[in-house]
Amino acid sequence: MSGYQLDHLQHLETEAIHLMRECAGEFERPALLFSGGKDSICLLRLAEKAFRPSELPLPLLNVDTGHHFPELNEFRDRRAAQLGARLIVRRVEDAIAQGLAVPAPGEISRNRLQIPTLLAAIEEFRFDCCIGGARRDEEKARAKERFFSFRDRFGQWDPKNQRPEIWNLYNGRLHGGENMRVFPLSNWTELDIWEYIGRERLEVPSIYFSHRRACVRRGGQWLPVSELAPPRPSEEVRELSVRVRTIGDIISTGMLESPATSVGDIIAEVAAARVTERGSRADDRASEAAMEDRKKAGYF
Amino acid sequence: MLMPLSPPPVVDILRFNTCGSVDDGKSTLIGRLLYDSKSLMEDQLEALERSADLTGGGQINLANLTDGLRAEREQGITIDVAYRYFATARRRFIIADAPGHVQYTRNMVTGASTANLSIVLVDARAGVGEQSRRHTAIASLLRIPHLVVAVNKMDLVGWSEDRFREIRAQFEEFLPRLGMRDVQFIPLSALGGDNVVAPSPHTPWYAGPTLLSHLEDVHIGSDWNLHDFRLPVQWVNRPHHPGDARLHDFRGFSGQIAGGVVRRGQTVLALPGGIRTTVQEIHTYDGAVEEAFCPQSVTLVLAHDLDVSRGSMLVSPDRLPGGGTSLHAKICWMHPRALQPGRKFLLKHTTNTVQAVVTGIEHRLDIASLEPQPAPAGLTLNDLGEIRLRTARPVFYDGYGTNRLTGSFILIDPGTHETVAAGLLHPPTEAVRPEDTDYAI
Repeated sequence: MSGYQLDHLQHLETEAIHLMRECAGEFERPALLFSGGKDSICLLRLAEKAFRPSELPLPLLNVDTGHHFPELNEFRDRRAAQLGARLIVRRVEDAIAQGLAVPAPGEISRNRLQIPTLLAAIEEFRFDCCIGGARRDEEKARAKERFFSFRDRFGQWDPKNQRPEIWNLYNGRLHGGENMRVFPLSNWTELDIWEYIGRERLEVPSIYFSHRRACVRRGGQWLPVSELAPPRPSEEVRELSVRVRTIGDIISTGMLESPATSVGDIIAEVAAARVTERGSRADDRASEAAMEDRKKAGYF
Repeated sequence: MLMPLSPPPVVDILRFNTCGSVDDGKSTLIGRLLYDSKSLMEDQLEALERSADLTGGGQINLANLTDGLRAEREQGITIDVAYRYFATARRRFIIADAPGHVQYTRNMVTGASTANLSIVLVDARAGVGEQSRRHTAIASLLRIPHLVVAVNKMDLVGWSEDRFREIRAQFEEFLPRLGMRDVQFIPLSALGGDNVVAPSPHTPWYAGPTLLSHLEDVHIGSDWNLHDFRLPVQWVNRPHHPGDARLHDFRGFSGQIAGGVVRRGQTVLALPGGIRTTVQEIHTYDGAVEEAFCPQSVTLVLAHDLDVSRGSMLVSPDRLPGGGTSLHAKICWMHPRALQPGRKFLLKHTTNTVQAVVTGIEHRLDIASLEPQPAPAGLTLNDLGEIRLRTARPVFYDGYGTNRLTGSFILIDPGTHETVAAGLLHPPTEAVRPEDTDYAI
C-alpha cells in the first residue's frame, strides 16, 4: 500500500477547494455568502486555502434579516476585517423600505423576506455566482441539489430540470441575468463541520458554546427571550445553560440545553445526537415542503 | 496503561449509488439501511409518522425519507438524485439514490460517475428487465469497480431459492460481456429489512453477507491514478501585492492534481506549448510541501515564467498523455433532441473548454443484446454509443480506463447551455509530441 491516502476530511477539503477554484475560473463576478455561522466559517477557510497568498477574489455577502443574534453579526464583521475581505451587507429592513420585500399582514418572520433581498443584491452587484455553505444532509430538498445549482432569471430552482453533474466537471455556462449557486460543502455532514473546525482551530461565535440564557418553552422548544421575542403572559421564563446547534433568526431558533464548552464537547454531542440539526428550526418545520418552496422562489 | 499498537485506521469514504426500475424499492432500501443502522434521527421519524398518518393510512413509508420533493411524494417516484450520508464505526457512506424511470437515466449517470460501488435492484417477481441491463451497462461503462445485485421483494416470491438462482443466472448470462468482475448477489426484502442490516431468518440457504456488512467490507483500493502526473490548471494565483516584495513576484498555478505525484525540483512539461521547467515550490495554505499527490489541491510555482493559464496542463515529461484534435469516445446522450453528426458543442475536459464538432457516430449500444448496432437515426435520449469528434484546439488526455479525471468530458449545447452528454475517451493512439506543439514564450 502506498502512503498516498487522504482521510475523509482531507477528501472533502480537496473537493471543496476544487469547487471554489472552478467558481473563480468560470464566473465573472462570484460572491461568497458569509453569515458567521459554522458552515460559512468553514467555507471561508476553504476560500483561504483555495486562493492564498492572493486576496480573496470575491466579496463576502450577507443578508441581514434584522433578527440576527447580535453575537453573530459581531463575529461576521470581525472575521471579515481579519481577512481583509470586502463584506457587503444588505438588510431586509431596507428592502422593505424600498418596497423590494413586502411583508404579508401580520408576518413577523423575516425568513421569506430574505429572498427578495438576496435577489436584489445579486442584481445590484450583477453577481453571476453565489457560493453558499448549504449541506445536503441538512434537509431533504437540499439532498437533491447539485454542487452547481442553476437559477433562472427569477432566481428560481427547478428541481426537475437540473444539469447532470458528472465526475468533477461542472457546467458554469450562463445567459445574462441567470445565476449559479455553488455549494462546496454539499457532501459534508454536521459532524464533518465540527471535526474540521477542530482540526483547523477555527474560531466560532460564542453562542455555539454553552451559556446562561433566559428562555421560554414554545412549540416544543426553548426559544431565547429577546426584545424581538418577549415572553407571552402565560409563559414562564427559565434561565438555562444552552447553546445553539444551528443559527436562524433569534425569534425562531430553538436553544439546546447543553453543557458543551469546547469544540471537542460539541463533536461528542453531535456524534451522539438523536435529533437532526434542523429539528430546532421552526422555519423548516412549517410544512413537509417548506424548504423546497423557499428554494424554488430563490432561497439559498 | 494500554498503549495503542498502531495509529487509528483512516476512516475512508465509500460512495455508492442505487438503481433499478420504478417500484423496485430503491428508496425503501435506503430508508431501511438508515433506519436499521440507527442513522435516522427522532425528528425524521416523527416527520415520517406524521406523513404516514396523513397519507399512508398509518403505515410508515420509508421512501418518504429520500423522496424529498413534493412531486415525488405525490407520484410515488424518485425524480432526481438524492444524496444521503451515514456512518458506521468502519466507514463513512455517501449514497446517491438515482431515479429508476427511463427519462431520468441521465441522473443515474450523475449519481454513478463518482461511485465506488453500484447497487442494482431487481424485483424478484419481475426478474431482469431492460432497466436492469441498462443500469448494469452504465455501471460497467463508468468502470464502477464493484456491483451488488440486490434481489428485492423476496417475501413476495415465498423466499424461493430457485427464483433467486434464476435471476442470478439471467444476470450471469450478460455480465461477462460487460467485464464486471466483482459482483455480489444478495436476496433481500427492503420492506421487512431482511438481509439489509441483519441476516434474514427466511433465507437459510443464503450464506453470503448482508448488504451493510458487504458495504463495510468491500475493498476499495485507491481509485486514483498515482502513476502519471497531471495538473490541469484551474486558476493562476498572482497576488500583485505592491507592499510585499516576495508576494509581488509570486506566480503560482492552482489546481487539483488529477493523476500521479509531484515533487519539488521535478521536471514538468506545460501543455500546450511543450516547454519543460522545474517545480520550484509546492505551495499550500498550510505551508510548502516536498510532494503532493492525486487528488490533492495545490499551487505550483515554476522556475520559468511560462505562458500557462486556466485550461493548461502540467504533466510528467516521462509519462506523457495523448493529445490532438481528433477524439474517439463512448458517450451517454442525455438530451431529448437526437444527436446527429455535424453538430457543434462546447467540450469541457478537465479545466479546459473547447469547441468541438461531432464528425461521426460509430454505433449505438443495443441494451437488449448489449451488442453495437448501426445508428442511422443518431443517438437518442439515454442512448449509449460511440462517436468521433474534432476539436478546435488540441486536448491533452488519457484513456478513461487509465484515468477517470483526464479521460472524461462533458458536451454543452452552445445555445441552451445544457449539459447534453457525458463522454469517456478511448486510450490515445499515440502520446503527444511536444516538439510538434506551438512554442509560445
